[in-house]
Amino acid sequence: MSETIRLTIDQQTVEVPAGSTILQAAQQAGIQIPTICYHDHCTANGLCRICGVEVEGTRTLQPACVVQVRDGMVIHTRSERVIRSRRTILEMLASSVDLSESPEIQAMIQEYSSDLYRFPDAEARRPTVIDDNPMYIRDYAKCILCWRCVQVCAEDAQYTYAINFSGRGYETQISTFYEIPMPESTCVFCGQCVGVCPTGALKPKRQWLLEMGYSPDEIMSLTRSQRQRRKRREEISANPS
Amino acid sequence: MSDLDLSPLLHRLESYHSRGRTSLLPALHDAQQIYGYIPRVAAEAVGQALNVPLAEIYGVIEFYSLFYSQPVGKTVIHVCNDPACALAGSETLFKQIRFQQEAAPTGNSSSSLTIEMAPCLGLCEHAPAVLVQGQPVARADRQTWQDLVSGRGERPSSLLGGTVSILTANCGLGHTVELSEYLDLGGYQALRKALQTPPRQIIEEIKAAGLVGRGGAAFPTGLKWEAAANAPGSVKYVVCNADEAEPGTFKDRVLMEDDPHSILEGIIIAGYAIGAQKGYVYIRGEYLLPYQAMKKAVEDAREAGFLGNNILDTDFNFDIEIRRGAGAYICGEETALFESIEGKRGFPRLKPPFPTTHGLFGKPTVINNVETLANVPVIIRKGAAHYRKLGTEKSPGSKLFCLSGDVVRPGLYEVPFGIPFHHLLYDLAGGVRPGHHLQAALFGGAAGAFATPDHLNVRLTFEDLKEAGLPLGSGVITVFDETRDLRDICLRLARFFAEESCGKCYPCQMGTQRQFEILERIARGEVQQEDWERLQDVGWTMTDSSLCGLGQTAASAILSAMKHFPHLFQPI
Repeated sequence: MSETIRLTIDQQTVEVPAGSTILQAAQQAGIQIPTICYHDHCTANGLCRICGVEVEGTRTLQPACVVQVRDGMVIHTRSERVIRSRRTILEMLASSVDLSESPEIQAMIQEYSSDLYRFPDAEARRPTVIDDNPMYIRDYAKCILCWRCVQVCAEDAQYTYAINFSGRGYETQISTFYEIPMPESTCVFCGQCVGVCPTGALKPKRQWLLEMGYSPDEIMSLTRSQRQRRKRREEISANPS
Repeated sequence: MSDLDLSPLLHRLESYHSRGRTSLLPALHDAQQIYGYIPRVAAEAVGQALNVPLAEIYGVIEFYSLFYSQPVGKTVIHVCNDPACALAGSETLFKQIRFQQEAAPTGNSSSSLTIEMAPCLGLCEHAPAVLVQGQPVARADRQTWQDLVSGRGERPSSLLGGTVSILTANCGLGHTVELSEYLDLGGYQALRKALQTPPRQIIEEIKAAGLVGRGGAAFPTGLKWEAAANAPGSVKYVVCNADEAEPGTFKDRVLMEDDPHSILEGIIIAGYAIGAQKGYVYIRGEYLLPYQAMKKAVEDAREAGFLGNNILDTDFNFDIEIRRGAGAYICGEETALFESIEGKRGFPRLKPPFPTTHGLFGKPTVINNVETLANVPVIIRKGAAHYRKLGTEKSPGSKLFCLSGDVVRPGLYEVPFGIPFHHLLYDLAGGVRPGHHLQAALFGGAAGAFATPDHLNVRLTFEDLKEAGLPLGSGVITVFDETRDLRDICLRLARFFAEESCGKCYPCQMGTQRQFEILERIARGEVQQEDWERLQDVGWTMTDSSLCGLGQTAASAILSAMKHFPHLFQPI
């Protein structure tokens, strides 16, 4: 892979190693392409399409995070079509989920002059908070379906396979097997899903309680019964008799 | 739940053990057949047998609309809710069935009914259509309640028309052409001939015939075969895409029900040409009768030596497996279909890589539509030159068109490429229903575009339609007379996409929902000034930015309606 690829991004000639993605090539040239679902340590699936760019000779916009550069490619990262798509995707996102704890996405909304209230009668996704374990809460009203949590729970990191999806299309939600409480699932509470969540949909339980105004002492007493239950369970499984 | 008897399921799972995850959909179908739905313990047993993580099993159950994770009625009735059936009164029919159910005394058999609105069932020429426990009922509005619920309703018979019968030569006989009859009609002669020809020459013949895919994308079949034949690797697959779910399409259903062996013959020849050892036929879950016909045909063909080892005493080994979908339009997208055969949610994959190098199970794969493969024996039997006598230079051969809606004689029409639209509509299909005239025709189904009376002279070829801005798609033409509210039709198409979007990429996941919500309001007569631009932005964002063909065409019919009938989308 020592071969070098020459391409043009926004009138600028760029040389990058073969196998680079458009995103990497743009970064090297100092050109910013926004991303939402992309994470350096997760498999890129090209879900959010916010990184779409116009590549001359192709019909649709190309997701920069996964498309590899080819010699002679001519790329426009801020054409009219690109801007329209980005602005609209952000507007649709704002009308679907609670972005209050997604500062990066909020900055993009500013940058692309997206109208937060573009779709006044949109049905937002507003499931209630799932508080079923002592370690973290799941507030899927904030979930943007970037898939990172599902991926790190599976082959991208932990091989635990505690979560996958329920529903499909707009109704898709991250879910355990038959929506069982997390402690009944294969979850090992490694916390990797919480670590990669970009929107605060997954949050350490104590942080969540602190944000709601509970004092550390109150939190200790609130979670005591859960800790005791867990301890009892562990004792029983260690010594079934 | 713990007293559920798992033994019948465990017995069936034994045969799947060795194959693992690819058997997931068949195993879930089995579980549902035994228990009426998929109880949690049954899903756990399936997971254990196939070594699939439980959360992923639930993800799969939840993805497919025909799988139920909660108990449902003993009898499940699906009422089609898409344009052709809606024109024939499916909405009223649905309400009547619901009313009958509620009025029935409790304890009666109707109390264990589940009645659902369904996406297009592929029975458009028999509208309004319903499925009762998977069994199709034609003209459901004419059936008595008792007949309908007990499954004694009128069975659809093939309605055929057109000016040639090449692909449909053995169709419309009132029964499925069985192996012996197929052989009497000259069946498997093409396979005999093919097996005495070098594989490369078969591919050259298909290329020379100019055959292009009939599923909607119109990709040259010979080039696809050549790419798969040239791809490195010894394990290769042929997949027959029988996930026919584009609203308005029913051609593949008729071919599979009436003449399954012609499709098998095409698949076997394809397998020989590219060097594959195995073929799959993936049939949409709603098509129970075609599934049974194809399954029987495979068994008969195997017994007669057209499948298996040393086919017709050559050293060519090839077998075919029939798979059922479970209610997901997206699985008609080729890579989503692979995922489904592999036992996963039907999420389309990123392309490249393309199926010819990385297809089913990551191996080089040729995936062709049913009608495309039915063309193969025709080409091999009589040669490319003969095949090209019909049609035009760029669109050789014949084409199946599915006509439905406000047309006098709805049905499946086989015509040579190149006849004008008006000839098909007025001379062959009897024109628009009496006393009415053409307002619009939807070409290519939900993912298609509207034609207007100005398009009546357009010749039905790939090249002419493209120039006219119309897709040939899979050959769907749904006709609307001047009394129809196209806003209601657009709303149905939008609802279809909102329900069928897989949810993988953002533009389609949210765009189909936003498009549906806006059109719902417009259909209520509450059009806002800003709706035009909203629909344009959502539509073009899906078209430009979606990951797969579904999302990229989820707005195409609506954008075309906006172009031809702008006043419908503007405030009065």
